[in-house]
Amino acid sequence: MTTQPETATGGAEAPRGVPNQQPAAAAPTNKPSGFAATDVLVDEFADGPDTVGKAQASPDELQPFGELGLKDDEYERIRQILGRRPTASELAMYSIMWSEHCSYKSSKVHLRQFGEKTPANTRMLAGIGENAGVVQISDKIAVTFKVESHNHPSYVEPYQGAATGVGGIVRDILAMGARPIAVMDPLRFGAADHPDTARVLPGVVAGIGGYGNCLGLPNIGGEIVFDPCYQGNPLVNALSIGVLPVERLQKKEATGTGNIVVLLGARTGRDGIGGVSVLASATFDEEAEQRRPSVQVGDPFMEKLLIESCLELYDAGLVSGIQDLGGAGLTCALTETAAAAGTGMRVWLERVPLREASMSPTEILASESQERMLLIVTPENLDKVLAVAEKWGVWATAIGEVTAAGADGTPGRLVISWNDHVVVDVPPGSLADDGPVYARPLREPGDLILLQADRAETLPRPSTGDELRETVLKMIASPNLCDKTWVTEQYDRYVLGNTVLAQPEDSGVLRIDEETGLGVALSVDGNGRFARLDPYEGARLALAEAYRNVAVTGAEPVAVTDCLNFGSPEDPAVMWQFAEAVRGLADGCQQLGTPVTGGNVSFYNQTGAAAIHPTPVVGVLGIFDDVTRRIPMGFPPPAKSGGDLLFLLGETRNELSGSEWAWVTHGHLGGKPPKVDLAAEQALGVLMGRASKAGLVSAAHDLSDGGLAQVLVESCLRRDVGAKVTFPEGETTPFVHLFSESAGRAVVAVPRGHDKAFLALAAECGVPVTAIGVTTEEQSLQVQDQFTISLAELREAWSGTLRKLFGGPAEVAAPAQGEVRSVTLELTDPQAPGGSLS
Amino acid sequence: MRIGVVTFPGSLDDGDAARAARIAGAEAVRLWHGDPDLHGVDAVVLPGGFSYGDYLRCGAIARFAPVMESIIDAARGGLPVLGICNGFQVLCEAHLLPGALTRNQHLHFRNRDQWLKVEATNTAWTNRFTPGQEILIPVKNGEGCFVADQRTLDSLEAEGRVIARYIRGNPNGSQRDIAGITNEAGNVVGIMPHPEHAVEALTGPSLDGLGFFTSVLRALAGATADGQLAGGQQR
Repeated sequence: MTTQPETATGGAEAPRGVPNQQPAAAAPTNKPSGFAATDVLVDEFADGPDTVGKAQASPDELQPFGELGLKDDEYERIRQILGRRPTASELAMYSIMWSEHCSYKSSKVHLRQFGEKTPANTRMLAGIGENAGVVQISDKIAVTFKVESHNHPSYVEPYQGAATGVGGIVRDILAMGARPIAVMDPLRFGAADHPDTARVLPGVVAGIGGYGNCLGLPNIGGEIVFDPCYQGNPLVNALSIGVLPVERLQKKEATGTGNIVVLLGARTGRDGIGGVSVLASATFDEEAEQRRPSVQVGDPFMEKLLIESCLELYDAGLVSGIQDLGGAGLTCALTETAAAAGTGMRVWLERVPLREASMSPTEILASESQERMLLIVTPENLDKVLAVAEKWGVWATAIGEVTAAGADGTPGRLVISWNDHVVVDVPPGSLADDGPVYARPLREPGDLILLQADRAETLPRPSTGDELRETVLKMIASPNLCDKTWVTEQYDRYVLGNTVLAQPEDSGVLRIDEETGLGVALSVDGNGRFARLDPYEGARLALAEAYRNVAVTGAEPVAVTDCLNFGSPEDPAVMWQFAEAVRGLADGCQQLGTPVTGGNVSFYNQTGAAAIHPTPVVGVLGIFDDVTRRIPMGFPPPAKSGGDLLFLLGETRNELSGSEWAWVTHGHLGGKPPKVDLAAEQALGVLMGRASKAGLVSAAHDLSDGGLAQVLVESCLRRDVGAKVTFPEGETTPFVHLFSESAGRAVVAVPRGHDKAFLALAAECGVPVTAIGVTTEEQSLQVQDQFTISLAELREAWSGTLRKLFGGPAEVAAPAQGEVRSVTLELTDPQAPGGSLS
Repeated sequence: MRIGVVTFPGSLDDGDAARAARIAGAEAVRLWHGDPDLHGVDAVVLPGGFSYGDYLRCGAIARFAPVMESIIDAARGGLPVLGICNGFQVLCEAHLLPGALTRNQHLHFRNRDQWLKVEATNTAWTNRFTPGQEILIPVKNGEGCFVADQRTLDSLEAEGRVIARYIRGNPNGSQRDIAGITNEAGNVVGIMPHPEHAVEALTGPSLDGLGFFTSVLRALAGATADGQLAGGQQR
């Protein structure tokens, strides 16, 4: 066991060429003067900080590991690794890095399946374990995308929690070498009419908008779901996507002995200390409010400057390694970069620019202050790096250097001093990679059998036309199915000028390359109710829905990211749900040929004994060779020769358990979720891709929550186009046609003259097709022999819900008519018009 | 024709403004906030975004940027300048345009496709429109509520300096539904909605925004022809 003298010698001298702690001078306009730790006038420690020397001298000193979230045996392991008790700083670092949030200690044994079941794929340039997965989409261009949770902070402090959730995922994307180009936000709240939802939702939405808008990233989609199970644990997930030239892919490894470790971005303050260990890795109790200081505070302006300076550094080839600072701050960045390379690192903490001069070394290491990146640069490039930082007015400070691995090939050590006191001397891999791994006990929830036996298919149903009419109006006004404009108009969807489709469309669609028309589609979906009824199938249903949402736009689905939101892993029933969901998602991805490229696990979404529904949220990325052929969801205005023909793709079954209908009209959750047929999803995807290329379809909308009724209403209201629908004779009742949530379905509008070609294509792809109607000049939705509802009445019911709940200005006008112009498709000329259906 | 687009720290729609200028047929020239050299451009766009983080007040710091000193001088000499959103705020802070943009009345950021009615078409940036023309342009701001004292508002109206008003709904509470105004000479225009986001069928709600950029090209061509610097038709 090597030990370091209390006052470091040798290594403590600043390496040549490293300016002793001065950050780059910056533009006077945005560069406040900061403190350096050396400014401390009064040493707050009577005898200085706890050092390695002291730790050796006082092996029996009692340490507060329990308060930091470490278990007895974990603390013992730290002592074994170090051969002594840890210093106060080391203890804090282990507690952070071995927390559930950072170490994935409960989930690791299950997440391995994503690797083991990865389908063969040549597009993946980086996968699980990196900051974000990277997928090659053309010879020269790759995209990187990932979804992450910021659930606990967003409950404690909704605005900042949600804002820094956006900031954190964007830095993950940036760290891969990509320019972030969009964000999406899957959100879940408690009951819509609960008073606390009125506190959490507006704050979360304002935080997402406040940060994302100010960063200049379009918000192109997401979800807003209400369910009482999220009352004490709202889910705020954030997805970002970035684009990079293939050769600009960045690595996190701190390679090259003698290379300089540079901290770039905001100064370090006392915010967010304990964020991952205290906040994200424990269940809430009544003292949650006291944890507000554990929530970070964001500055999107600084992040914008950080993005621009990093991109300029990448393009100039000045960066050897890079890692963002998010959860676990400097601790995580230093240990992960060194561990990844097997090198050591020598860091002088007093060089870190601080907001508060009195911060202790432990606080500096644990701070989760936002808008910071750690760079590894060669000594000869240092001045150029500092100059770029200065141009953008961002702090850049050389805080350390990369040191050699052991002569025998053993990894190097991370040695950190603070004003000549050595406060940390550890093998970095012991923090980053060698955390505890638990195979936690699993047990199927005791109530599951009864829950599954209580099927929604047996509930009383509307049968007459009038009853169906009332049900449609009630459903579309319910919080989960209503118009979400109140939320989405607080987000900028236009900035960067490449947004082709954004919410409320099935997928966000972005143009990537203006010259070739290369583009991507992205959708994120999840259904906690389905997963509660059957976590294995629920995860596959989430995957199927996101896959289908991407496919119906005409894109080819290629890769997956996931955010797995669950209760406490210490509850065997929750752990069983988690294991089943992971198995389901891994199996599903294997079958669809879409690898999981990365993601995030969020445990402890639980208040007391009440866990949230297991909520796997799945993001699917699709590719367009030519994004101008994307298919929007709104029915186009009817041509003079007649309306478009409407076809239902897929099979409708009597599947109502877990459905929105059961929930809205009966408050019911029970039974088994809809059947998943991934081969059918693939066939549907192939059909939509080919129909898009052939220009046969003018609109398409995926069927999911609320079933066909919801789809018809949304596709009609999008461009104020009416529709007349007739259901075929048969066993399936109009009610089941309207409200079943069978998977693998979509509605398409096909211009007259294209129908024969489309039907032939569907037959070739093996997709069942049912002709269900036409679009009409009349401004109404007519279901033959059942009911007619005017579009005005539909809009009235659909659009007022969130405004009534969350306030805001009275609506002054219907959405601009011309909104429709952007989604007009260029279709190939129909052959001789001869519609087979009227 | 060369149209300069300024990038301040925190500018966000600078790339979009440059794209719109290119689509209109101009050469887009990127100008840097710290560089007072205008590189001989024929017109300037101050783009949307959050310059300097909107700290202090929107546009309040940007007006002191080195590039703005040159732009303020040139604008007084007739250089066509278009301020979009944050650029409009900068122009008001720089006193090239009267009034101020304050927090939206409903206190929310709002992004929607907005109908406008064009009024003054005798400016460097609106001469391609017809008076009364209705156009559809995205609006997206948190502080877009135009305010001025009554006398200023009256004189803006009397002098025909309102270039566009919100119709079918006022998205932010602007007084007299004002969406954009011009200076007395007609070379400086500020507008809260974003014409640069309505220049391509693929990504915008309309192509109506292109008219602002083609207008300045016509104004410049006209100015070259009759030896004037800019400003469209004189009143």
